[in-house]
Parts: sequence; C-alpha cells; structure tokens
Amino acid sequence: MLAMIEANLPALQVVLPMLAAPICAVLGRGTRSWTLTMAVVVLTFAVSVSLFIATLDGATISYRMGNWAPPFGIEYRVDILNAFVLMVVSGIALFILPYARASIAFEISEERQPLFYSAFLLCLTGLLGVTITGDAFNIFVFLEISSLSTYALIATGAERNKRALTAAYNYLIMGTVGATFFVIGIGMLYMVTGTLNLADLAQRIVEHGDSSTLRMGFVFILIGVGLKLAMFPLHLWLPNAYSFAPSAVTAFIAATATKVAIYVLLRFMFTVFGFDYDFQAATLRHVVLPLAIVAMFAASIVAVFQDDLKRMLAYSSIAQVGYMLLGLALLSHTGLMASVIHLFNHAVTKGALFMVAGCYIFAAGTSSISGLRGIGRDMPWTTAAFVTAGLSLIGLPLTVGFVSKWYLVLAALELNWWPVALLIMASSLLAIVYIWRVVETAYLQPSPEGVVRKEAPLWMLLPTWGLAALSVFFGTYAALTTAAASRAATALISASNMLWQ
Amino acid sequence: MTHGTVLLLAIFIPAGVTFLIAALGNRPNLRDSASVLAAVATFIAVLMLLGPVMAGARPEIALFEVMPGLLLAFSIEPLGMLFAVVASGLWIVTAIYSIGYMRGAGEKKQTRFYICFAIAISGAIGIAFSANLFTLFVFYEILTISTYPLVAHKETPEARAGARTYLAILMTTSIGFLLVGVVWVWNIAGTLDFRAGGILDGKLDPSFAPFLLALFAFGIGKAALMPFHRWLPAAMVAPTPVSALLHAVAVVKAGVFTMLKVGTYIFGVGFLSKTGAAEWLMWLAAASILIASIVALTKDDLKARLAYSTVSQLSYITLGVALANQMGVIGGSMHIATHAVGKITLFMCAGAIYVAAHKTKISELDGLGRKMPITFIAFTIAALSIIGLPPMGGAWSKWYLMLASADAGQVAMIGVLMLSSLLNVAYLLPIPARAFFAAPSAMPAHSLGAAAAPDNRIEEAPLLCLVPICVTAIGCIVLFFAIGGLYEFLLHIPILPETTP
Repeated sequence: MLAMIEANLPALQVVLPMLAAPICAVLGRGTRSWTLTMAVVVLTFAVSVSLFIATLDGATISYRMGNWAPPFGIEYRVDILNAFVLMVVSGIALFILPYARASIAFEISEERQPLFYSAFLLCLTGLLGVTITGDAFNIFVFLEISSLSTYALIATGAERNKRALTAAYNYLIMGTVGATFFVIGIGMLYMVTGTLNLADLAQRIVEHGDSSTLRMGFVFILIGVGLKLAMFPLHLWLPNAYSFAPSAVTAFIAATATKVAIYVLLRFMFTVFGFDYDFQAATLRHVVLPLAIVAMFAASIVAVFQDDLKRMLAYSSIAQVGYMLLGLALLSHTGLMASVIHLFNHAVTKGALFMVAGCYIFAAGTSSISGLRGIGRDMPWTTAAFVTAGLSLIGLPLTVGFVSKWYLVLAALELNWWPVALLIMASSLLAIVYIWRVVETAYLQPSPEGVVRKEAPLWMLLPTWGLAALSVFFGTYAALTTAAASRAATALISASNMLWQ
Repeated sequence: MTHGTVLLLAIFIPAGVTFLIAALGNRPNLRDSASVLAAVATFIAVLMLLGPVMAGARPEIALFEVMPGLLLAFSIEPLGMLFAVVASGLWIVTAIYSIGYMRGAGEKKQTRFYICFAIAISGAIGIAFSANLFTLFVFYEILTISTYPLVAHKETPEARAGARTYLAILMTTSIGFLLVGVVWVWNIAGTLDFRAGGILDGKLDPSFAPFLLALFAFGIGKAALMPFHRWLPAAMVAPTPVSALLHAVAVVKAGVFTMLKVGTYIFGVGFLSKTGAAEWLMWLAAASILIASIVALTKDDLKARLAYSTVSQLSYITLGVALANQMGVIGGSMHIATHAVGKITLFMCAGAIYVAAHKTKISELDGLGRKMPITFIAFTIAALSIIGLPPMGGAWSKWYLMLASADAGQVAMIGVLMLSSLLNVAYLLPIPARAFFAAPSAMPAHSLGAAAAPDNRIEEAPLLCLVPICVTAIGCIVLFFAIGGLYEFLLHIPILPETTP
C-alpha cells in the first residue's frame, strides 16, 4: 500500500484536491466542507514535503500519467525547483485554511461556503498542476483551472463590496488575454517541433535552431505569463483583484499565484528555450530587466499613496514581483538563486501581511489606513505581526526579506552592475515609507472616539503569527532555503540549453 | 563560566530583563529597580571580561550560521571592550537618572520606555562585541528599531515627526549605503570578519576604495556625518534620559565605533593611508566639525545646541579614522569615552533643568545657577571637558587627535581642532555664565521692595537626578588623571596585519 502511494505521489499531489473539490460542493454545511478541505490540504502538504525530500539530492522524478510514455503521454516531472514551489503553495494553503474558517465565516454567507471551499480546492489543484506537470499544454489547462477558480473566488468578495464583481470581471478579461497569448505561444512551439513535452521540446528546439516562429513563440509566452505574474505594465488587474477579494483569498493568491507564474517563466526561459542565446538574453536584459526596475519603483511609489491597506500591499506585490524578475534577468547563478529564494520569502511575508489586513477587517471592519488609528493598542498581537512581517518586507537582517536582498545585491555586484545594486536598495527604502506609515498610524495616532476593537480570534491570529514567525525563522536559519534555492538554480542552469557565457 | 558565556550574558541580560520589566509593569518601584539591577549586572559581566581582554585574551563565541558563510558571532578586541564598558557603565547612571526624570516629568508609558531602553543597550553591546560586519549590521538595525519608540515616546505630532526623520535617515543610510558596502566587501573579500590590518588589501582596486569608503561613511548614519546628521537634532524630542544615554553615548557612539572598526579591521589603517582613500573623508569631517559648531551657536534650545555639539564632536572621531594612523585611531577611541562622559553630563543637566525649572531655552536660564548650583557646576565641568581644557578628560583625546594630524602631516587639521575648541567655548560657556552671573530676567526690574528681591532658594532636581550628574561630572575629571591606563590599553588595538611566523 505504502509503496503504491509512494509510486503515485506526483499524481496524488494534483488528484487529491481535484477529487475533493466536487465532494466539497455537495457537502452542504460550511463546517463540513471546511473540515474536508483542511484534511485534503494537510495531505497535499505531506505529499509535497515527501516529493521535496525525494528530490533534495538532485534526483528528478518522472511520472507517466496512465502509463503513457512521454513524449506522447502526459509526464509529471518533479525536480528540486518545482518540488520547492509545490511545497510553498501547499504550505501556504496549510496556513490559510485555519485562518479562512473564521475569516470566511465572517465575510461569506453560510450557504455559499461549500462552493467557496470547492473553488479554493480547484484553485489549489490548478496551481499545483501547473507546477508539477512536464507538459506544455497541460500547463495551460491547469493555468486555466486555477484562473477560472480564482475569478470565482475573487467574485465572492461581492458580499462585502460589489466592486469585487468588476474586479473579478476585469481579471477574467486580462487573464484570458494572457492565457490566449500563452496558448498561441505553445501552438507556435508545437508547429515547429511537433511535441508538447517540455523536456522533448527543449531538445527539439535546440536541434531546430533559430527561427522566427520560435522567436514569436518566445515572445507570446513571455507576454502570456507576464500577464499572469503581473509583470509591469501588465499588472492592471492585480490591485483591484487583491483589494476586493475576501481576505483569505487575497492572502492565498498573493502568496501563491504570482509565484507559480514566476516558476513557469523560469522553466520556459531557462530549460525550454535554447535556440539563440543572444536573442533570449537581450530580451531578458533589455526588456524584462528595465521593466522589473520600473516596477520596483513605480509600484512602490503608488503604494505609498494608497489609503487602503490591502491595496497598498497589492501594489507592493507588483514591486516585489519586480525583484524576482530582476534576479531572473541577471542571468547568473546568484541571480536565479535570489529569484527562487525571494519566491519563497515573499510568499511567507506577503501572506502574513495580507492575513493581518484580514484580521483588521474582521475586528475593525475596515482596512483603510486612516481607520487604523491607534489600533496597535487594541490589537497588539495582530499589529506586532504586521511590524514583524513589515520589517521583513523592508529587508531588515534576521528576516527573510534580508536574505533575498542580500543575494539580489550580491548578484548585481558580481556582474559589476553597481547601479542596479543601488537601485535595489533605493526601492526597498520606499518599502520603509509605506510600511512605516501604517506602523506610525497604528501605534502613535490616538484612537478614534467611541470605537470598540477587539483582538482577532485565535484561529486567525495563530496562522498569521505562524507566517510572521516563519519569516523570522527562515531569516535566521536561512541555510535551509538558500541550499534549496542554490540547488534549484544549479538544476536550472545545468538543464538549460542556453549557452552560458 | 567561560568567557564566551559571560560575553553572551552581557548581551542577553539587557535583552532578557525586558520580560521582567514587562511583567512588573504595574509595580513601578520593582520595575525600576529591575532596570537598575540589570544595568549593574550587565556592567559586572562586561567588567569580568575587561581583565582577560587587558591581559591579551580575545574571548569569542559563534552562535549560528544565518546564511552560508555569514555567522552570527562575537569576539572582543580592545576597541569593542572600550565601547562596551562606556555604554554599560553609563547605563547604570542613566537608569538611576531615568527614575528621577521620568517620575519628575510625569512621563506616561514608562514600562515601554524601560523595555526599549534595555533592548537598545543590548543592541549597543552586541555591536561592540561583533566578530564580523554582518553581526554588527544586525545589531545596528536592532538599535535603530528599538530606539524609534523612545524618540516617539511623547506621541505628540512633534514627536511623531521627529521620530519619522530619525527612522527615515537612519534606515535610508543603513540599507541604501551600508548594506551595499557590506555586500561589496563580501563579494570581493569573501569574508566579513574583522581582522587586524583589514581584509581588503590586495583585493580591492585602490581607485574604488574611496567609493567603498563613502558607502560606509555615509551608510553609518549613526555617526551623524554631515549631510546625514539631521536625525540627531530630530531625536531631541525624546525624553532627556534617551538623549543622554542613547544620543550622546550608545547610538551615536555605535556609529563612530563602527567607523573605527571598519577603518581598522576592514580597510586597515595601512591600506587607507597607502591609497589616500580617506583624504576626502578627512576634509568632510573637518567641515562637519566646524559647520555643526557654528549651527550650535545659533540654537537657543538647550538640547538642540547640545545635539549639534554632538554632531560636531562625533566628526572628531571620524576625523581620527580618516587620518589613518595609529594616533588617529587611539585619539578617536579615546574620544568615545571622554566625549561620552562629558556629553551625558550635559544632557542630564539639561534634563534636570527641565524637571526642576521647566526651562528648555538657553535665554530663559538667566540667574538659574543660583537656584541649581550643583547642576550648573557639573555643567561647567562637563563643558570644559568637551572644550578640551585640562584637567578634564576631553583634553587628552583632542591632544592625541592633534598628534595624529601632525603625524599625518595635516597641519590644517590642527587648526580645525583648535578653531573648534574656540567655537565650543563660544557655544557652551555662555550657558553656565548666564545662569550664574546674569540677573534673572523674569523679575520686573523696578517693582517694589522685598517682593522684587531675587528668590535664591535652592530648587534642585530630585536627588535621583542629581547624584548621577555628579558622578559623571567627577568622571570627567577622573578621566584626565586615569588616561595613562586607557592609552596603554588602546595601544593594543592592532594596526598592522598579524604576521604569521
């Protein structure tokens, strides 16, 4: 039995939440569907941890769906990089669900909750599927599963604010455009190579060599994924979607969805495409890198002027995506490592911050920053979690944010691109401004008259603090994450068909 | 107990006592005694290390590896020992003074005050004992964050604005410049350990040395080198014990201490003088000395004047580093001690004047010397020490700095130091002069009879304020006679690289 489970772990990773989703929908009451979802998430996390352990030494697990051999059948291919991402996604889900219980009960009416959890599981299925699969078209399918369920999840925020509907609709349009670009790109690759298996694609692209169809495919995929990961200036869907979604949804998608898209980009840019180094490197360095830097500044500056906490954090996410793209575009081992580490670090930090915003909404009914005056005295634990995670976002030592910044700056200095290094630091100064504005309001402004605010319930507080504590833990013992990221970067580079100079 | 354990105790007693202080929040007497006892215990722990260090031992202990190659580790050398003794010794005095001041001035939220104060001391001692630049940076940021609530203590709009400036400048410089400098050093030297003679010789292209030095000189914002000095006057909104210990001793001295440490153990004095990388810094420090003194002349607010005086005096130490010879390092280190004792006395006097007479402006002090003779005598002694007249300790540090200027062949610097002394006379001595000799201005000059006679009853500050003032004032004199031992001790600061036999 155990051996059978072990042999089918990659399939279980996706199948478990997928099968649970429809069951959840018919279970009826909120508590029951929550319990089932929780159980599935725990199992999913256990599966991803065992996959991570299995690939830690550099092994690659190849799983044939229905025993059809690749490149004809669908292959699930797990190496250290996507095992790491799988663990991040399912781990974040593990923190979000206990939190969602109280938060969702507060924000969504009882009869809709089973549907909510069902959509949540589908979203999880999609994200895990995108990450684990080794098949280009399968990536598109799972991307659509996760996107469609995300639109639904965001729209459930309409019970509190009707604008969630337009936000979801907006995201639907933009997301569909992105998916279309992506699938057209894959179509072009298929035209040239006649295969959809990623490993096979990589090989055939090298054999085929440079061609304008491949170039077009490259660009289409870059834009399609760029829309999904909110690459500046394709980020317009994100602020509204994050602001109006229910708190638990915001925390979940902010911590996972863009990260998975970053993973897809890493996978395509480094392992699949290998036709012309100059063209690819030039695209990354001359298009993606400047865009990343612009995002770091523009989005942070916009964040400074937001009044809504969730919206502010949403803009901050766009800036943080900039850091990940920057690490990727530096095209070096340290740069990739910085990207992968930041993928994890930002998931933890931003997850915690959005959960704090949810706690404020729960207790004070608002996430408007001016409405948070003096809240540090009424909700000391929640606000302390905000400070902890906020310091991590700024990048203070002994938090995960510092580890990311360290490797990012190191990567820039290794290339002797010291202006980039200074720009990275300058943009994190903007994070000080927008984080500290909240801290100052929460602690140093007098509370408004006649407002009663109580500390958030333990069910919400514990997961929030769990993530905040993780951001300190992995900042203090960064050896674990750096080792995983370093191996993932090595794996990417060694699997890469680009000519490394 | 091994030396390593004692070393950790010295850092963690102040950090640990915060829990006790928090628990005793409702019982002010016990809480305040806990804070004084912790100060005494910390000082004893530091003194237990002093003997072995003087005998040539170099206690060290490594805690754990944060990132590959970056250790949180401590090790004591003479310079750090000196700073730790000064900071922990003066903490006792300030802890006693705080009780008198905080109660006398009727400040609120005293528990938070004592907690943050203790963490700040822990940070300062951590800085003193850091074995590498990374550990130093960690504690440097802890010191910044923990002092923010102290500066904002009064929670008034002015306090908020002051604290904002404080945090903004210190964080901007430390993250924007210092961290980049640290990563740069790591990138070229492959280590961040403080080593005798520096770690950059032969690794850093001498033409880049001035730029790296600039990242440090401006990045260490706590050294208040112009133009990044504005935080120090801004921090004067804090209660006076904070200004006294933190902004005359712990925080600012942590800054210049870091400068000294970087100059001797990262760059190496030999490397600096060989390449002439510090020459611009010398001129900037000289300008900072003179400009800040002139600005001090224009300030009517007593604490603001003292703050600018501190800015000016801190640049003495930076100048000592920039002169890049042994005398410079010795004079600079000595100035850490002599200026600390002098300036803390001045600030505590300012606080005593505020508590007893509710005066903050120099123009209001006329005739106050007759009511508060002890305070103003102590003020005069400390002022003479800052000016650098024998028999006060301040005379010696200036003497050695002048020797260093002569050694370096920079006659202009001798002139700067002498001019600065004159300026010190001009801005410090009028204060006691007015207090003792000017007629009280508040008295209407021609009112009737006995009612108009000046009221010369003694109205000193509470005893708990007064005793610490006397202790440090006497300390100024003691330092003059005890300087031989200190000089001998500072000669042990290694200037040249250790030669392996």
